[in-house]
Amino acid sequence: MSAETTPAVSDNDISLYDVDNPAPVIEAPRKRTKKTPKATRTNFEMYGWLFMRLSGIVLVVLVLGHLLIQLVLDGGVSKIGFAFVAGRWASPFWQAWDLIMLWLAMLHGANGLRTVINDYAERDNTRFWLKMLLYTATVFTVLLGTLVIFTFDPNIR
Amino acid sequence: MATPTLEKTGSAAQASPYITVTFRVRRFNPEVSAEATWQDFQVEIDPKERVLDGLHKIKWDLDGSLTFRRSCAHGICGSDAMRINGKNRLACKTLIKDINPEKPITVEPIKGLTVLKDLVVDMEPFFQAYRDVMPFLITKGNEPTRERLQSAEDRERFDDTTKCILCAACTSSCPVFWNDGQYFGPAAIVNAHRFIFDSRDEAGEQRLEILNDKDGVWRCRTTFNCTDACPRGIEVTKAIQEVKRALITRRF
Ligand code: HEM
Ligand code: SF4
Ligand code: FES
Repeated sequence: MSAETTPAVSDNDISLYDVDNPAPVIEAPRKRTKKTPKATRTNFEMYGWLFMRLSGIVLVVLVLGHLLIQLVLDGGVSKIGFAFVAGRWASPFWQAWDLIMLWLAMLHGANGLRTVINDYAERDNTRFWLKMLLYTATVFTVLLGTLVIFTFDPNIR
Repeated sequence: MATPTLEKTGSAAQASPYITVTFRVRRFNPEVSAEATWQDFQVEIDPKERVLDGLHKIKWDLDGSLTFRRSCAHGICGSDAMRINGKNRLACKTLIKDINPEKPITVEPIKGLTVLKDLVVDMEPFFQAYRDVMPFLITKGNEPTRERLQSAEDRERFDDTTKCILCAACTSSCPVFWNDGQYFGPAAIVNAHRFIFDSRDEAGEQRLEILNDKDGVWRCRTTFNCTDACPRGIEVTKAIQEVKRALITRRF
């Protein structure tokens, strides 16, 4: 390049950087190199992808049906109370509906958030701990929900 | 500094096809500053010319320090993918008249790769992903004495993906790649597709296995940015979905 390369934007103060001492460039996040990524050779991601689509189809029915029953039909949201819940969970059909919805929605949502963490968390440590938090919350919610559906006692005082 | 160097005689002005266009270029020079800044250039240009011609006028007549890559200037080499008015395109295939010259035309480096200077980015991670899908013919057995023949239908199967010029417009338009450079990205998948569906090639399984991994095709979220960006008109998203389908059908 010619010697006439005066800087495009010349500040009036002295520049910190010159030819021998260039400014640091902004590295792209998690750059691919010769050594990364390591191969895992499992089908986990494929099954995860399939699960999102299949559970999504079932969730359309379960979640929309759930919202309709809870919030629209029969007087809307104001009818919901202990008695209403007790009445529905007396039937194995609604127990099964809610159990399947709980599991599918939780696993679907958790896998979705795992995708989001993989996308946005840059450092390996951050990724690890965010996922641990996610898995803990998921396991806790799924187990607690399952426990309640199976051990619900309408005569509790 | 933005003095037009083009001499014009008053009488010829009416017949002249030239208009004045503002190029708003993203400048970065680590030898001067750690900050990237926008710089405006006024350029006299025929609207039937291309953005690349505008950049040439700037570099040759206004500011020799403007740095960008170009080689063929005719949409073949894939050197000059850049973000023009917020969309990834080849500067040499984008006519000024097609991108509203009334307003300033913004020109930035493609995203998701390290900017080295002005519009020049480090393409190494991009080419690493390309190399990682083994983009070459792999066969077993003896070398045939004549061409490896193929029917027209078999050739048609991967025709679209043979057109890639490795410009990186697709990969650098992908939001997953912006955030995580470990993702193979659309261009590598396109070039794997080109061999996976080639009847003469015998390493399709191996390439599918590579793309089945955690940074392979399953990270694609079907945003279609890549298809919109491709200057060769390759249906990039479709090619990625065909690889997904091949992976699923080979198991079920
Ligand atoms: C109503 C029916 C539903 C359908 C049809 C559906 C479908 C889908 C599909 C296909 C994906 C994958 C998107 C991709 O790979 O690009 C997805 C992602 C996701 N889903 Fe669902 N889903 C439904 C309900 C839910 C529910 C109830 C939740 C919350 C518990 C949820 C949370 C998520 C999350 C967090 C993601 C990840 C977002 C992302 O990838 O950007 N979904 N959904
Ligand atoms: S698929 Fe299209 S956009 Fe992507 S690298 Fe190839 S030519 Fe460029
Ligand atoms: S300069 Fe070769 S593709 Fe534009």
